[in-house]
Amino acid sequence: MNIAVCVKEVPSATSHKRLDPATNRLDRSGDSELNPFDVHGLEEALRIRESGQEVDEIVAVCMGPGSAQRPLQKALALGADRALLLTDPALAGSDISGTAYALATVLEKQNADLVILGQQAADADCYVMAAAVADHLKRPLVTQVAHLEVSGGKLRAKRQTEHGYDVIEAPLPAVISVSDAINTARLPSIKAIMGAKKKPTELISAADAGLDTSRVGSEGARSVVASTSPPPAKDAGKRIEDSGGDSASAIVDFLAERGVI
Amino acid sequence: MATIIVFIDHDSGTFAPNSLGALRKASTLGGEAVAFVAGSGLDDGWAATLGEHGADRVLVADDPALEDGLPQPTVDALEPHAREAALVLFGAGVASADVAAGLAARLGAGINCETTELTLADSGVTAVRPALGDTVMVESTFASSPAIVLARANAFAAEGTGSAAPVERVSVTVQDWSRGAAIVGREEAETGGVDITEADVLVAFGRGIGGPENIPVVEQLAKALGGEVAATRAVVDAGWCSYSMQVGQTGKNVSPKLYVACGISGAIQHKVGMVNSGLIVAINKDVNAPIFEFADLGVVGDALTVIPKLTEALSSR
Ligand SMILES: Cc1cc2nc3c(=O)[nH]c(=O)nc-3n(C[C@H](O)[C@H](O)[C@H](O)COP(=O)(O)OP(=O)(O)OC[C@H]3O[C@@H](n4cnc5c(N)ncnc54)[C@H](O)[C@@H]3O)c2cc1C
Ligand SMILES: Nc1ncnc2c1ncn2[C@@H]1O[C@H](COP(=O)(O)O)[C@@H](O)[C@H]1O
Repeated sequence: MNIAVCVKEVPSATSHKRLDPATNRLDRSGDSELNPFDVHGLEEALRIRESGQEVDEIVAVCMGPGSAQRPLQKALALGADRALLLTDPALAGSDISGTAYALATVLEKQNADLVILGQQAADADCYVMAAAVADHLKRPLVTQVAHLEVSGGKLRAKRQTEHGYDVIEAPLPAVISVSDAINTARLPSIKAIMGAKKKPTELISAADAGLDTSRVGSEGARSVVASTSPPPAKDAGKRIEDSGGDSASAIVDFLAERGVI
Repeated sequence: MATIIVFIDHDSGTFAPNSLGALRKASTLGGEAVAFVAGSGLDDGWAATLGEHGADRVLVADDPALEDGLPQPTVDALEPHAREAALVLFGAGVASADVAAGLAARLGAGINCETTELTLADSGVTAVRPALGDTVMVESTFASSPAIVLARANAFAAEGTGSAAPVERVSVTVQDWSRGAAIVGREEAETGGVDITEADVLVAFGRGIGGPENIPVVEQLAKALGGEVAATRAVVDAGWCSYSMQVGQTGKNVSPKLYVACGISGAIQHKVGMVNSGLIVAINKDVNAPIFEFADLGVVGDALTVIPKLTEALSSR
């Protein structure tokens, strides 16, 4: 079987995130990284292979600017066999609908029995892409999977809702998104990092992918940012740097001052 | 008058509070608020009670294929009605998000997520959401109709005041491919044990405490503070502790006088369940952790070092 893992480039946790006032798009000039939630998708693909399933190929699929090649290198170091970057100026400013359409169009041709997405993108805080992609692909969907078994051409997944846990079965090919608790990802070895450099990354344009460009990019966006404003003002909290547990008495003083102890 | 469809998630005969909040919000927007409920063997009298929560009218999609509440057949049932609407509104929720996203893809429609405010005018729908770790408010409009809006958890409060609404049963056509997934088992949230929503003090832990073997360290701090222990989804999903201890969007909403977050990043879905706590103290070793953005006291340090010292300092007072 083949597995496709969708991975996104997001601003790194340490970079200052802001919207570019000229375009109202995310300012991507700072450092970027692989969406931390997508690491769990890659790890799960490896675990399926290691569980004895015949996994011919794990492909990491990303839509993003050229700079996304760097996070894709990490995806290769984490175990993907090859990477595919859908990149085109015409895609800049795509909304959720446009991104889902574009990703699904690329995934359609990948012949993947299982498409794995992360639980959410760290820069968007949405949790919608898997369901949108599954609808385009007309394939069964299970989101927020916390435990997964794949065998005999089907999957069995456990996932949390507001009502407890559901156990869901679906035939392959299928689309899932994984909870960040589904696994603890291993760190790539030096050998894996070096090896990743030899793995192929294919860059494809909107035309290569056969996309209808009226459905993508800022022109095709159905959801349009009109304006931005600062959030309601809030008092900044107090900050203490701890060293070896020396903050304990300051914490106690703070709690006493605020009358909670 | 513009039609607003509100998707109503439900389980075991109980409407999801976030769906009811969305319905109440819809009833204030100046359109016709139409509640949409899907399932199998639904009772019309029960559906009619959505009128008390703001529905002018209720559409009931009743079909064996909708029994499990899985999203794909639900999108099939909702799609023809959504096409006629100006706005399709969803309260936060796992099932609701799956249906909202599937519907957006099906219709090629614009979708706004984590929405905390919205308006409906002749010119269309405007939705506002906090973004980038709640550091900016982003206002969006829609270039096509219907607009699909998935609200943030607890963004809109439910209020039961009105009277029963007329109920209309709609025909349902489910596509073959939508029937692929099936629920084969359920592990209900266990009841009993401590009710964390009642506690004055909660000491919550996340993945940052390292492993379930360190939960006793957290329990000792909770004991010293006279409180109870709570947790994030990450550690519940990983099987470290029970679902009844979970705070957040798919767990419980809590507002104790004191909330101590140990090794918790402060993801939005956690934040929505505890941000109304009186005082928030966060212990996290990562100075960039989002939780520091909304903690009253942020302690940058190793939780497993700080917690025992804090417990000791409290006990010797
Ligand atoms: C639809 C949906 C619903 C969700 N519902 C919920 C919900 O109800 N409740 C919920 O909590 N989450 C929920 N989530 C998940 C949420 O997005 C996060 O994934 C989750 O809250 C993260 O849990 P965490 O903070 O334990 O783990 P992480 O995000 O991994 O954070 C661990 C933190 O510990 C810190 N740390 C590491 N080591 C140490 C140390 N030694 N000392 C101190 N700090 C340390 C790290 O810096 C990090 O900030 C939901 C997600 C989705 C998509
Ligand atoms: N541009 C993208 N390229 C590849 N995968 C993406 C992209 N955007 C979102 N995803 C996938 O969708 C998941 C959830 O994203 P979202 O629903 O947009 O928050 C991510 O964890 C990724 O797996």
